[in-house]
Amino acid sequence: MSETMPEEQRHSALARLAHWTQAAAIVIMIGSGWRIYDNVPIFPFEFPYWITLGGDKYLATTTSNDWGTGNAIAWHFAGMWLLLIGFGLFVLNGVLTGHFWRDFLPLTPRTFLRDFIAAATFKLAHRLGEYNAVQKAFYWGVMFAILMMFASGLAIWKPVQLGWLTWLFGGFPAARVVHFIFMSAIVAFMAVHVMLVILVPKTFVAMTLGRATHSPSVPHE
Amino acid sequence: MNKPVLIDPALRTAVQRRSLLRGSLSLGALSLLGGCDITDGDTVQAALHAISRWNDRVQAFLFSESNMAREYNASEVAKEMRYNAYYGEKDVVPIDAGTYRLGLSGLIADKQPWTVEKLLALPRKIQRTRHVCVEGWSYIGQWSGVPLGDFLRHIGADTNAKYVGFQCADGYYEGIDMPTALHPQTIMAVTAGDEILPAKFGFPLKIRIPTKLGFKNPKWVTAIYVTNTQPRGFWSDRGYNWFSGI
Repeated sequence: MSETMPEEQRHSALARLAHWTQAAAIVIMIGSGWRIYDNVPIFPFEFPYWITLGGDKYLATTTSNDWGTGNAIAWHFAGMWLLLIGFGLFVLNGVLTGHFWRDFLPLTPRTFLRDFIAAATFKLAHRLGEYNAVQKAFYWGVMFAILMMFASGLAIWKPVQLGWLTWLFGGFPAARVVHFIFMSAIVAFMAVHVMLVILVPKTFVAMTLGRATHSPSVPHE
Repeated sequence: MNKPVLIDPALRTAVQRRSLLRGSLSLGALSLLGGCDITDGDTVQAALHAISRWNDRVQAFLFSESNMAREYNASEVAKEMRYNAYYGEKDVVPIDAGTYRLGLSGLIADKQPWTVEKLLALPRKIQRTRHVCVEGWSYIGQWSGVPLGDFLRHIGADTNAKYVGFQCADGYYEGIDMPTALHPQTIMAVTAGDEILPAKFGFPLKIRIPTKLGFKNPKWVTAIYVTNTQPRGFWSDRGYNWFSGI
């Protein structure tokens, strides 16, 4: 029997509130965003109706003379405040408690490459409460993606009042494409994130109840 | 916006087919539990409406009279303007220039109706700006007409009132806040491209507001009124945001 330290993961109440607020907001933003996209798709495909948010679209043809686009837009511009609150709390918590520097740093291209190769060949061990370099990079990446969603979203919402921002994104039609690209990045992050939670379910316990422990009798991979 | 108006049989089949998909684990499936979409319920819709009203106030705060919509060169103007209304192009009923009158009402001193001839005699300002639809599509168009603010002052409107409303020949109706009505780029367009407004683009009068989404730019306008009661809008009555500034 090895002398492995018991693993423990803790999340403060604030961190958990920030996490789940963002999770709910992102689901609302993506679901309604897909309904809005489907009304006038940018690319030659549509999202399946049943996965989008914006009410019963067949009912909407009678009540609103549309496909629920107005309803979806109402969701989108309500969800944006929820996301702003969740993201704000997350950043506040990360900066004030030092969570960002303590858990998401240090991060170098070398450690990232090492852990990325290990993960790709299924040789990367997961220790509760510790983040590997790939995870660290992903968390910085998704934070950047959310920031870019706010920026490109504002550029689409206010192309006159915030004309300089729309200009930075290359104009109104280009800002829509940027908004789509970072949405895709967030969806990709969520897919990997949820898959890893399924592989290590105790991380879900920690993010919900605040604490999870693991006392390995043998070093696990 | 080109919108479906009635449910056709093909859609009804799709509604039945949809029930097969309801079992799948998804956001849509979650909200469809119970056979109808719970997000269409009164409580959810009332909450969304309340937030939309809050967003009206945020947008009014973000609006600045000195922020101008970008003006483009003649070479950047789209060759063909996009037709849009709540019905198809073939259902447009052209307005007879001889019998047309622009009615004025509410907080206006001189409520004398205006003829097409008088409207066309007003000084015109040209603008080439981007028309942005709430659906996401957009194009650069060219319009000309007298600034609405100049017209309102000319007819002795109370510009301290809160809103300006519009009625249209096709039953459409819209309204905007006074700061937007007085914005220098808000014009009473009587031309589109290099010609007098064609029937399908709103002859004889379209209110062109480059600081608002497309649906806040009414066409075939037959009445203008000034009021302190927020005018209803065709699409905001159907769940769209009222202010809809850009």
